[in-house]
Amino acid sequence: MMRFVLSRLITAIPTLFLVSLAVFTLIRLIPGDPVSLMLGDNVDEQAYAAMSQQLGLDRPIAMQFLIWLKALFSGDLGHSITTGEAVLPLVLHRFGISAQLVLVAVAISTVIAVPLGMVAAWRQNSSFDLSVVVGATMLMSIPTFWMGLMLLLYFGLNLSWLPVIGYVSPAEDFWAGLIYLIMPVAALVLHETGILVRMVRSSTLDVLRLDYVTHARAKGLTEGEVLRHHVLRNAFGPTWTLLGLILGNLLGGVAVVETVFTIPGLGRLIVESIYGRDYPLLQGCLLFVAITYVVVNLIVDLCYPIFDPRVKSV
Amino acid sequence: MSLGKTNKYLGGFLIAFFLTAAFLGWVWTPFDPLAVDLRSKLQAPGAVHPLGTDEYGRDVLSRLLAAARTSVTISILTVSFAVFFGIILGSVSGYARGWVDRVVMLFTDTLLAFPSILLALALLSILGANMYGVVLALGFAYMPTVTRVVRGAVMSLREQEFIEASRLMGHPVLYTLRCHIVPNCLAPVIVIATSMFGSVLLTESALSFLGLGVPPPAPTWGNMLASARPYMGQAAWLGIFPGLCISMTLLGINLLGDYIRDRFDPRMRGL
Repeated sequence: MMRFVLSRLITAIPTLFLVSLAVFTLIRLIPGDPVSLMLGDNVDEQAYAAMSQQLGLDRPIAMQFLIWLKALFSGDLGHSITTGEAVLPLVLHRFGISAQLVLVAVAISTVIAVPLGMVAAWRQNSSFDLSVVVGATMLMSIPTFWMGLMLLLYFGLNLSWLPVIGYVSPAEDFWAGLIYLIMPVAALVLHETGILVRMVRSSTLDVLRLDYVTHARAKGLTEGEVLRHHVLRNAFGPTWTLLGLILGNLLGGVAVVETVFTIPGLGRLIVESIYGRDYPLLQGCLLFVAITYVVVNLIVDLCYPIFDPRVKSV
Repeated sequence: MSLGKTNKYLGGFLIAFFLTAAFLGWVWTPFDPLAVDLRSKLQAPGAVHPLGTDEYGRDVLSRLLAAARTSVTISILTVSFAVFFGIILGSVSGYARGWVDRVVMLFTDTLLAFPSILLALALLSILGANMYGVVLALGFAYMPTVTRVVRGAVMSLREQEFIEASRLMGHPVLYTLRCHIVPNCLAPVIVIATSMFGSVLLTESALSFLGLGVPPPAPTWGNMLASARPYMGQAAWLGIFPGLCISMTLLGINLLGDYIRDRFDPRMRGL
């Protein structure tokens, strides 16, 4: 087990290095001179030179990368050009808001999708199965931002049950925060549940066809026991991997839901930094999300042996 | 009707419907999708404007048709880009192995380490928000998936006898690749390309919705939804129809995707 963990940790290091190299290069690929892009057209030479020096652009590129990496290790991601704030605390604060949204949504989707998908597979081709598949395919086809807009139109504007836009931190006022989270979380849950149900169903079907399930039934176990002890654990493996991917993808993709409900999350921050050409901020955000994505997938991999002990030996 | 048939017919119908709409948007629209007419702004659906007008008095139906054309063009160009370069990179790296393989895979894995929408956002900040920027950004974001799948298929193919036979017959490497290897790894590529149409359409409309896709006034379903947001209270139709278009097209692609997957990958039949 230790060896599995170690080898997986070691393979993550080059990925992280390459990701930081990619983010570093990407920002330098922006056409034109970043300094004049940032400062605007009418700048005096002194301001120009000061900016170049501040960004370290007057040095050779390899040197720039090393300096950047060194600053990275000490947690310094630079300062935002538009507000002057330090990037890392800003990103962390906004990440907290997005993570809340995404984690709650994925947790709820999993709780709904796993039993639904399993029962649908267990009763394959029944009317229940058919309605689950059809429902899931439809939910999967509705983009989160449109779902959000429609929820907003119906529950916010027509029925006036829920506040239309805005965000209150649940840490400050728990109940108000919760009420503001209902619609954005619902929009994410409905879409992700559609994707997850189909995955759970198809991996359960795969497992149900295996000989050991027939064997378990033949030795007289009840259907409930077969499902709980033999099918659930094995079918959960692929779903678990997908969960990791969904979590990571949502960190980038949550921007649309944050836009619909005007939530000041990390996704919004990325979009704003692109609008404002705030390159240090954009670089910090990109790096942060990419590293989180790698780490989430790493954690998913490390937990995999819990569901499938065979992985350990690989 | 069985699920497989529903997938085929309903999916096919929806896709055909939107392809026709896209073609119509290309040759003829009831009104000029860009013509501003402030006197008839925010009109509810009626006889003159079947789907109403927007905040500038532009006909929603005409804009939806023009947007269908843009979405279809972007999806086709993006998927072609991703598939074309994915096949080249994947087959070369799977066939050549060695350092070529290592370099290509290093590049591919780095791109795969980013969530695709984030990668597209990052690339868009370089390429600029316009139609070709979107195509390139999404193309790059989706290419690594194709590369991985093709490489996997090629690595097992290259060890088979008919490929060895082609080598022994003295065919140049390029000929073997083009005539024997690539045609044999198309099945998985077709399966992922179909589902990729869905993801591309979804990501493209999300980018437009964020204001980072094809810039206004040119209509896309995504930017129509974004500009409808402030008027949702008084003109709900502005928010309903573009979203309905995205969802119905996605549904069509997903259904047809399931059908194609069942056709090309018999192991998955009925899953």
